Parts: sequence; C-alpha cells; structure tokens
Amino acid sequence: MTAQTGTEQTGAGPVARSLGDGSGPETVITVSGLVKRYGDIEAVRGIDFTVARGETFGFLGPNGAGKSTTIKILCTLANATAGSAAVAGHDAATERDAVRRNIGLVFQDTTLDTYLTAEQNLRFHAELYGVPKAAVMPRMRQVLDMVGLWDRKDSLVSTFSGGMQRRLEIARGLLHAPHVLFLDEPTVGLDPQTRSSIWTYINDLKLREDITIFLTTHYMDEAEHCDRIAIIDHGKIVAIDTPEALKASVGRDRVQIHTADDQRAIAELAAKFDIDAAIHEGAVTFSVDAGEQFVPRLFSELSIPIRSVSVSRPSLDDVFMSYTGTTIRDAEGGTGNDFMRNMAKLRTGRR
Amino acid sequence: MATQTSTPVAAGETGAVVDRIRVSVPDRGLRHDLRAVGIVWRRELIRFRTDRLRAITSLVQPFLFLFILGTGLSNLAGGNLPHTASFDFKTFIYPGVLAMSVLFTAIFSAGSIVWDREFGFLREILVAPVSRAAIVVGKCLGGATIATFQGVIFLCLAWFAHVPYNPVLILGLIGMLLLLSFTLTAFGVMMAARIKQFQAFMALTQMLVLPLFFLSGALYPLTGLPAWLTVLTRLDPLTYVVGPMRHLVFSHLNVPPQVAALINTHLAPSITWGGWVVPLWLSLGIVAAMGLGMTGVAIAEFSKTE
Repeated sequence: MTAQTGTEQTGAGPVARSLGDGSGPETVITVSGLVKRYGDIEAVRGIDFTVARGETFGFLGPNGAGKSTTIKILCTLANATAGSAAVAGHDAATERDAVRRNIGLVFQDTTLDTYLTAEQNLRFHAELYGVPKAAVMPRMRQVLDMVGLWDRKDSLVSTFSGGMQRRLEIARGLLHAPHVLFLDEPTVGLDPQTRSSIWTYINDLKLREDITIFLTTHYMDEAEHCDRIAIIDHGKIVAIDTPEALKASVGRDRVQIHTADDQRAIAELAAKFDIDAAIHEGAVTFSVDAGEQFVPRLFSELSIPIRSVSVSRPSLDDVFMSYTGTTIRDAEGGTGNDFMRNMAKLRTGRR
Repeated sequence: MATQTSTPVAAGETGAVVDRIRVSVPDRGLRHDLRAVGIVWRRELIRFRTDRLRAITSLVQPFLFLFILGTGLSNLAGGNLPHTASFDFKTFIYPGVLAMSVLFTAIFSAGSIVWDREFGFLREILVAPVSRAAIVVGKCLGGATIATFQGVIFLCLAWFAHVPYNPVLILGLIGMLLLLSFTLTAFGVMMAARIKQFQAFMALTQMLVLPLFFLSGALYPLTGLPAWLTVLTRLDPLTYVVGPMRHLVFSHLNVPPQVAALINTHLAPSITWGGWVVPLWLSLGIVAAMGLGMTGVAIAEFSKTE
C-alpha cells in the first residue's frame, strides 16, 4: 500500500488531520442532552458537546464524575436514559454495529487475553472486526511497529509489563483503522515514566493516523495534550475549551501556605486582605493576582507563623478548582481511592 | 458519515496520511459472522492446548469411576445375570462414564466466559461489530470441540472395559459426544450470561451437574426403579444421550447372542414414557432441541445492554 497516489495533503500532521479527505463529516461526535441513571444514582446529568474531526478531546474529572459512563454510551456498551449520542455519523443507540465498526477502544482495565500471544490477541481482533485477510499482516506490523512491540509479537501477553500491555491495547484499538479512538484513562495505574512514554505513542499516532481521539483522564498534566477539554464534575460539564483558554480564564496565581494555626490564618486572611481561603490538600489555599508580590506582604502582616509557602502559576488544576470549588484529589477523597484502584489493578492485571 | 459503504476507503486510494495501511471494515454479513465464529472457536482450542493440566485433571474423575468404582462394584453387580463371567461391570458403566468425561470440560469451558468478564476480555468481544449469535455459537462449538476431544481420549481406553474398537461404534459415539458436549456448553453459556462471579458459577454448576449425572442412568440400569426415580430420570436430558450410547456400545459387544439378549432386556432397556418406547431419533432430537434452545436464550442474554 504505497499511498503515494492522490497526495494533495502529503503533509501528515495537524493540517492533514483537520482537513480530511471529504469522505466524512467535520463533526465526529455529537452528544446532546445525555442522561444516564443507574437506579437512583444519576451518573450523567444532561451533557452536550461535539468533537470535531481530527481533534484530541479530553474528558477531565475525578473518579465517579461520569466520564466512563459517557464513554460506555458512546461505545454502545450502555444505553442512555435520555438524550442522544452520535459517533461518526451513526446513532450510538440504534446503529450500534455502524458505530462499532468506526471506533477503537482502549479501556481503563486490561482487556487482553494474557494466555495468548500478542499476535494472537491482534488476530482475534482482526477476525472479529472482519479486517480483510490480505490487510491483516501488514496492518498488524504497522500498529505493532508504532508501539514498538513487533519483536515481541510471539510472546505471551502475561509476560508483558503494564506499560507494554497498554501499548498493545492501543495497537489493537487501531488495528481496524477506526475513525475515532476512545482511550478511557489510558495511563491509569502506570508509573510516571511509562505514562510519558504512552503519551509519546499517542502523540505520534496523531501525526500518523487520520484519527479523532476521545480520552478521559483524571491527571491534570495529561489534559494538556488535548486540543480541547471538557471538565466534568458530578455528571455535568462545568467548562469546555482549549487548555490555554481555560487557564487564561482562571488567570490568578495559586498560593498554598502551611501555618501554625490554619483556621486562624484563614480568618486573618479574610479580615486583613479580604481573601477567601480554604484548606485543600492539607494546606491553606487561595488565589491572588500576583503571587510573588503578595508573599512578602503576607510574611510581614500575618500574625501567625508561616512554616512553608508555595506559589504556582495557573495550571489545569486551578482551572478545575475554580470551576468545581475543589481540587481533583480532594474530589476523589485522597489516597484511599488510589489504594482501591491499585488493588483493582492488581486483581485485573494478574491471574 | 452515512457512507462507509458508498465511499469505501480502499487500499492506497487516498493519501491523506502517508504510509498508512488502509483498512476498511466491511458491513456485517454472513461471511463476517462466520469469521467471528471461527476465531472464537479457535481461541478455545488455543487456550485448551496451552493448558495441559486442565486436560489431564478433567480425565482423572472418569478414570476413577471406571477403574476403581467399576472394578469394586463388579463383585456386587450383575448377580441377577447369568453368564456373569463374560460380562464385566466396567463394560456396563463405560458409556455413562464416557458421557461424564465430557460433562465437566464442556460446562467449565463455558465458565471461561465468567472468567473473561471478570478479567475484562469479554468487553473486547462485546464491543465488536459482530452479531451476538456468532459469539455464542463460536463459544458453544469451541466448548463442544474440546470436550469431545477429551471424550475421544477416554474412548482410547475402551479396551479395558472390553468394548471393541469398531469404527462404526467409535464414530457413532463421537457423534453423540459432540451433541452432548454442545448442549452442555450451551447450558453453561446460558448460565454464564447471568452469573457474574466465577465462584458462584462453579458452585451452581457443580450443584446441577452431579444430579444430572446420577439421574441419567449412567451408573445403573433404568429398569425396576421406583416410580419417583423413573420420573426424575426421564426429566434428565442426559438420559437421552446415555441411553443411546449404551445401546450402541452393547450392540457391538463380542458376546454370545443369548447373553446379548439378556443384556439388552436387563441392562440396556429402551427409554420409555409410560410404556411408550422413545425412538432413537427423538431421544437425540430432545438433546439437540435443548441445546439449540439454550443457545437461543444465551444469545438473547448477551444481546442486552445495561
């Protein structure tokens, strides 16, 4: 498949991706008024958004915010209680097969058969998706090369590390050349180094494939890889824009201080500086316009001894905080949740 | 994009992205579904091949039944038969134990669905653009194949039970084992569609499998039983395979004609419903119908979405 023919858009990359070849619509995902109820619990409470072709769109929010539920509906794994969702021009509720043909999926938990080899896993996928027989081998080689696993294709998946398994899943999700790739928490449970390598592969993939990526994450730093982000909290979208615009909308610096008496410090900040502070992540936290200039004043005027101070430029963390009134870690209830997740990971990762 | 079909992205047709192998996933059709059946079936075989321990352990139980129980009980059994010297109790229970050799393998291969659900692989299968029927049928055929394979290994031991290696007999038995295994796997798949925990699946199937086995007449002849037991044996679908299998085996034994006649009346009576003899085709038809019925239920179960 030497794809030299018809090369009006030889330049791979963002331009080629967003222009398209005229065979598809410019809006790849359309969601309107989506609601999902499980019994009394309303996991998704009426959300609307669209994702353009070639875009990398991120769903950002704490665990339990409704991210995975939305993905499940988009991927035809769950029915919406109300509202509608369309992917690649097909209704996710009524044209399931058409949607399924057009999407690739990488789930939060491993969905590989670890008793099979990497190649056997991919072959299973190819047969299930009806990939033309002649295309299976070259395409398999291509996706495995992309994630650097071609030389391990004959190894049992059970011998793979967590990062390798995730890479293999990404390769598998791409095998049938989907128009949209869904990545549900693609880096959860991986160590920081592996996380960044996964992102290298994803960014590389954006350059090489004509593909729209929809991902969910609860890591703020990862949201920066997206073209656009929707912040979702308690089943509702509270903000939706580019990372830059969102950060600009917050605009202020974040100051965190540790003091001898945090409650008194909060009271004094309100009284002396008219600042609304609160305790987040165990520190007195507040926003000011120019942090560096404010800190010297703070030291001279605050009567409570300050043990440590940190000033940070607005990040997506702050965006999240300004829209939801809580940091993402607070929203998840701290380390307990990570522990549960790791346990779940352990259970699913090994047999 | 109403138009995956009208503008198929053929190989090398466009150059939007350089060096990308163009793949177009076809619309769903029979050929596609057959490929899905094939790969689900093949996965069962691959998994079975790599799991030798399972193959060996599941043969232990029928082995014990045939050689320990069979030998031990031969002193007791057959007392009311003349010419006992020429008829071994092992021969009597051989067809029943043969059925048993596929019983657990078939049901537990279906249990791997519960396993797959717990470990996530089922999701990979369920989001694929294939009919649920293809997945269920592939699974049932896969389970039937490996269970029958187990049965064939056990068939090799026929000599120890004085059962001759007659090609017609062997082929007939393999056919019936295949039918039995398919129905049992379908039963297992149907259960697995509902049961979400592996432990629960094991406990429930164990609870159901042993009564099915005991009521099938695998270990005793279906004559002169009390009325309540007679009714129960007739309700057990396994009865309708074990009976024909025993008939087939006994009709190929190398025994004098008068012994054969005695065996047929006392040890391998035909299955009757209140005096009416159930013909062979109906007997096997019942099993096939149950298998297909349960496959249908399983397909319906897997077609549901939350």
